[in-house]
Amino acid sequence: MLEDFVDSFLNLDIVLRAMPILWRGLVQTLLLAAIVVPLGLAHGMAIALLSRARSRWVRWPLAVWTDTFRALPPLVLLIFLYAGLPFLGVDLGPWGAVALAFFLNTGSYYGEVLRAGLDSVPPGQMEAARALGLRPSLALWLVVIPQAVRNVLPDLVSNTLEVVKLTSIASVVALPELLFQARQAQSVTYNASPIVAAALAYFIILWPVVRLLSRLENRAVASGRG
Amino acid sequence: MGGLDGFAITFLNGKVMAEWLPKIVEGFALTVALAALIVVAGLALGLGLAVLRAFGLRVLNWAIIFFVDLFRALPPLVIIVLLYFGLPGMGISLSGFWATWLSLTLVLAAFSEEIFWAGITATPRGQWDAGKALGLRFLPILFRIVLPQAVRMVVPPLTNRTIAITKGTALASVVGVAEILGAAQSAMAFSGNPSPLTLGAIAYALLFLPVVGAGRWIERRVAIPGR
Repeated sequence: MLEDFVDSFLNLDIVLRAMPILWRGLVQTLLLAAIVVPLGLAHGMAIALLSRARSRWVRWPLAVWTDTFRALPPLVLLIFLYAGLPFLGVDLGPWGAVALAFFLNTGSYYGEVLRAGLDSVPPGQMEAARALGLRPSLALWLVVIPQAVRNVLPDLVSNTLEVVKLTSIASVVALPELLFQARQAQSVTYNASPIVAAALAYFIILWPVVRLLSRLENRAVASGRG
Repeated sequence: MGGLDGFAITFLNGKVMAEWLPKIVEGFALTVALAALIVVAGLALGLGLAVLRAFGLRVLNWAIIFFVDLFRALPPLVIIVLLYFGLPGMGISLSGFWATWLSLTLVLAAFSEEIFWAGITATPRGQWDAGKALGLRFLPILFRIVLPQAVRMVVPPLTNRTIAITKGTALASVVGVAEILGAAQSAMAFSGNPSPLTLGAIAYALLFLPVVGAGRWIERRVAIPGR
């Protein structure tokens, strides 16, 4: 029983043989994260800033826009863009489809978090910055947004963790990231050890983030903001 | 043929939609069943672990914290793929449905344990002291005084997290489950038209928009005023 377990999950021989392609996959995963996190943040910041508009002609379409992308599971959105759009002659390819899906989906979540952050900054901050002669855009970037980000930092980190984990769905559209390579190796060797190795890689990279979050969240609870 | 007509025939093809609607409805039922089983088992396990953690047994708590960290750090799809493709090597074969159920249940349990636990620790110390002063023992204080307050306190983050994780049921399509996305994808392959995918997206919107709304309603109903 134990031998079976070691043989099918912790087979060092197979992991070593799969190492080069697993490594390539890991690099692609990190690259993917480095692309989609800024994309999501940019979209989220745009949503958060637009949601402060007073006109209902801005607020309503914005609410429909974000709720739509929050109601759709990210994988559904990704498949739609990857497999659906080519019927219209628009072929984004794996990278394009993943980038656009993450831009739309994770942007809606970042938008919610950043909006809460902007709301948490007292209006007096903006007024004081304006009184000091800062232009509105400068006051926003130098005074309001830094405080907003700090106030919702645990949620931003938590969301970013989810985004990095979510990059694994790119394997479904054959983007050669970590999970995709692990599955390739698994299907060639008929052995799950490469997938275990991939899981271990995710865990090693993301565990410190989980620990950090746990501490940030506990502090939030302790200070009555939980 | 104008661009808009082309779009309609491609993505909103009535004939294709009518033909594949029954399959999507079946997928819808499967998604709802999977999601319900995940929510029930995941929240129960998460609450159970949080209660165990309240006993303050050091080694047990380390094990619980490791379990929580592990399933918060691993991508759900990695867990699903691992269980689905890995376990047969040990002579245990899980169907795609149950592999997804088990994976997402463990993930929800980990997240909800953390949330329940935050609620328990955020309940003021005085509640425990007052319970003791009334002559109650540990378990009655925990179950009748602390938990009712703790659970109400954490309803908003808990609903958000639960909704996010149940959306992961779409991942089951990767391991061959004909839930909404799986059914829509095979219908798209058979018909050579992406309209079933549109139907699938509509099905998810029908399922999750009310859930999101209900989540907001529950938050308002259950939330303790002034918190």
